[in-house]
Amino acid sequence: MKICVLVKEVPDAAVEKRIDTSTGRMDRSGEKNLNPYDTHAIEAAMQIKEGGAVPVEEVVAVTMGPESAVRALHKAVSLGADRSVHLSDPAVAGSDVAATGYALAKTLQKESPDLVLLGQQSDDGECYTIGAVVAEHLGMPSLTQVIKMDVEGEALRCERQAEYGYDTVQVKLPAVISVGDAINEPRYPSLKAIMGAKKKPLETVTTGDVQIDASKVGGENSAAQWVAAKAPPAKAAGEIIEDEDTGETVEKIVSWLDERKLI
Amino acid sequence: MSNILVYALHYDGAINKNSLGAVSEGAKLAAELGGEAHALLLGENVPQDVAASLGRYGAKKVLIAEGPEGLAQPLVDAMAKAITDGGYKYALFGGGLLGFEIGAGLAARLGAGVAMEVTAVRAEGGELVAERPILGDSAISEIKYRSPVGIIIGRLNAFEAKDTGGADAPVEQLSFELSAHSTQATMVTRGEQRGADVDIEGADILVAGGRGLGKAEGFELCEQLAAAFGGNSAVAATRAVVDAGWYPYAAQIGQTGKTVAPKLYLAAGISGAIQHKVGMQSSENIVAINKDANAPIFEFSDLGVVGDLNKILPKLTEAVKAKKGS
Repeated sequence: MKICVLVKEVPDAAVEKRIDTSTGRMDRSGEKNLNPYDTHAIEAAMQIKEGGAVPVEEVVAVTMGPESAVRALHKAVSLGADRSVHLSDPAVAGSDVAATGYALAKTLQKESPDLVLLGQQSDDGECYTIGAVVAEHLGMPSLTQVIKMDVEGEALRCERQAEYGYDTVQVKLPAVISVGDAINEPRYPSLKAIMGAKKKPLETVTTGDVQIDASKVGGENSAAQWVAAKAPPAKAAGEIIEDEDTGETVEKIVSWLDERKLI
Repeated sequence: MSNILVYALHYDGAINKNSLGAVSEGAKLAAELGGEAHALLLGENVPQDVAASLGRYGAKKVLIAEGPEGLAQPLVDAMAKAITDGGYKYALFGGGLLGFEIGAGLAARLGAGVAMEVTAVRAEGGELVAERPILGDSAISEIKYRSPVGIIIGRLNAFEAKDTGGADAPVEQLSFELSAHSTQATMVTRGEQRGADVDIEGADILVAGGRGLGKAEGFELCEQLAAAFGGNSAVAATRAVVDAGWYPYAAQIGQTGKTVAPKLYLAAGISGAIQHKVGMQSSENIVAINKDANAPIFEFSDLGVVGDLNKILPKLTEAVKAKKGS
């Protein structure tokens, strides 16, 4: 089995995110990190590989993004991926979710994976949607927000929480599965793995290399157009108490509740 | 023509509340565009009367497609067929997991633009403009469509269901073909309830616990505090801790759980992710206790306490008991 894991570089959660008001797009500069949800996808791939239920020849990390996105690939490789592929082309900059999914699907097609894994959402866009777009272009079944996954022969038995409780779904391979953070506890990379990450094969491809139709990608060609960004209606800031003396803190909470007749 | 096709999720003979909201919103927007809103349901033996009842929420026609329930890809096939045949300009989804999956798959199939987590939509010059909060709700971006079809996926509870008491809508059968990949996923069990059946929707006071409780036993602190408030109080939980098996699914707030609006919502060890926020932001008073001063929940709480809940909750329980006794 060959597993491809889609990864993404996102602004570090500790860094304030902002919108470039001239383009209406997210300003993706600043400190970057591997999307935390994607570390769960890599861990899920590693658990299948190490689980022994099915032989896994390769785990390949795949990303799309500017030059700096190689850092996300290095992180993915340090967590266990065997090699990585970077779709890097100015033509894809500013793509919306539909165009991004198309470009990633074309990049994946060249790898012919049996399983595509990804994190259910990214820390910046919180989309949930990219997996379903990729699956549609690849003509594969897909399931998102999966929290338990077992290999059963030529299929996966997946569990997830949906609108009415927990669903168990059997998905035949090849398939695209996006995972939630409850699926596993990602490992920490060893120092040796971090040091070795840059030595593992990293292939950089452009739109032409993977037969992406350039008229379908990029900000100008995206069907959803972000036209403006505005501030949300102002909401009065709540009161904040820093707990120094817990007895005093609790007194303040109780009198706050009491004033509102909540006790 | 600017007709809107709305997906209606149904389960156990009833239409999902968020889908009813989407039908109402679709009807309002279609009227502004000079068109009609139609709804589509997919399932095995969808009850005709349930489908027709969407007329009360503004649907002028309801399409029923026969296929496997609870999975997105058969719905992509059905909706793509309906849109190709019927010339719809927009597809609209209420909040929820299936809506995200169907909407995204449909965008790929039709080469359509898609906006998700949408909280408001308006008609402007014969087109729809979607508003989507981003960056932890600190900004709202506006999205227009360049494609012939535009897809709008609402945020949970973004659209209000309005029962106009109008007439039933005519129901039509939609015939469509499942594409090859849509037959590759099969539902084994659907809607399994895990953990005790607890009622949180009727409570006036909810003490909710999240990952910050540290372990399943941490919920005892929440239960003791809820008991101290007495009366109509209960304990709720976030998705992360329900998925971890710390607390019953029936007590879960948010995207794939319950939506609540109690008089007091006391959040202990909850960071305040959007998926949680959408299920509790209408609470009258929100109090949050979290040791991380940067937790998003402090941005929408009325009283925020930065500190260790293991120290604060037991003392607060005692103080509430004392106050009640005085």
